[in-house]
Amino acid sequence: MLSCKEVTHLLSEAQDRKLSLTESMQLKLHLMVCKGCTNFSAQMDFLRRACRGYLTRDTPRDDD
Amino acid sequence: MTSDSPSSPRVTPETLAALRTDMLRFATLQLRDPHLAEDMVQDTMLTALNKADQFAGRASVKTWVFTILRNNIIDAIKLRARTVSASAYTAEGESLDAAFDTLFKDNAHWSPATRPVAWGDPEDALQDQQFWTVFEACMAHLPTNTARVFMMREVLELSSREICEDLSISMSNCHVILHRARNALRTCLQGNWFTASGCATC
Repeated sequence: MLSCKEVTHLLSEAQDRKLSLTESMQLKLHLMVCKGCTNFSAQMDFLRRACRGYLTRDTPRDDD
Repeated sequence: MTSDSPSSPRVTPETLAALRTDMLRFATLQLRDPHLAEDMVQDTMLTALNKADQFAGRASVKTWVFTILRNNIIDAIKLRARTVSASAYTAEGESLDAAFDTLFKDNAHWSPATRPVAWGDPEDALQDQQFWTVFEACMAHLPTNTARVFMMREVLELSSREICEDLSISMSNCHVILHRARNALRTCLQGNWFTASGCATC
C-alpha cells in the first residue's frame, strides 16, 4: 500500500505524464480507502482549472 | 483608418490601453521583473498595432493580444532562465519541503490535524474577484524559480517535456518542483481562502 505522501507525488505527476498501469492501480486502491488523499486529488484538479481560468477570467477595470 | 464594419471588434490603441493593466499584472507575475514586464507589454502593444490587420475577429481582442504576450514571455523566459542551476531549485524549495513534511506522521500518512478537507464547491470561488486576489498573492509567494516552472506548466500551458528542455532540468526534477509548487499553492489557498484561518507557512 502506498503512503499518503507517495500518493501526493503520483497525483501531481498524473497532471504531467501518463501513469503506468501499476501506478494507476495502486493509486485507485489507495483513493478508495483514503478521504484525505481523495480531497487532495480534487484540489489538484481544482488548481488546474483555476490556473487555466486565470487568463480568461473577467477582470474589473481599475479606473472604475 | 480602414473601413471595417463598425460592429466587429477592432485592435485600436484604445482597446489595447484598456487591456494594459491586465497585461502588466500578468507579465509581472510571470517574469518577477516589473521593468522587463513593462517593456514586454509595450512591445506587445506595438506588435499588436502593427499586426492589427491580421486580427480576424474570431477570438476576442483580449485573447489575441494575450497570445502575443504569452509568446513574448516564453521567449524571454527561455533566454533568461536556462542558466538557473538544479541546486538553485533545491535550495529555494527547502523550507517548502520542510513545511510539507510536517503534514504527515512518521509513517508518511496524513496527520489527523492536517489531512486535506473538502473545499465544498470551489467553482464558486472562480467567479469571485476576491478569490483571484488571494490566488495571485499565493502565486506571488512561491519562490521565483519554482513559480516560473509552475506557471510555464499551468498558466502558459507548456508540456513538462518542453519545460525540461527549455530550462535544462531533468524530468524527475521537474516533477519534484511542480509537486512542491502545487502543494504550496494548495496550502496557501486552504489557509487564506477555503478555511481562511491563515497559514503559518505562507
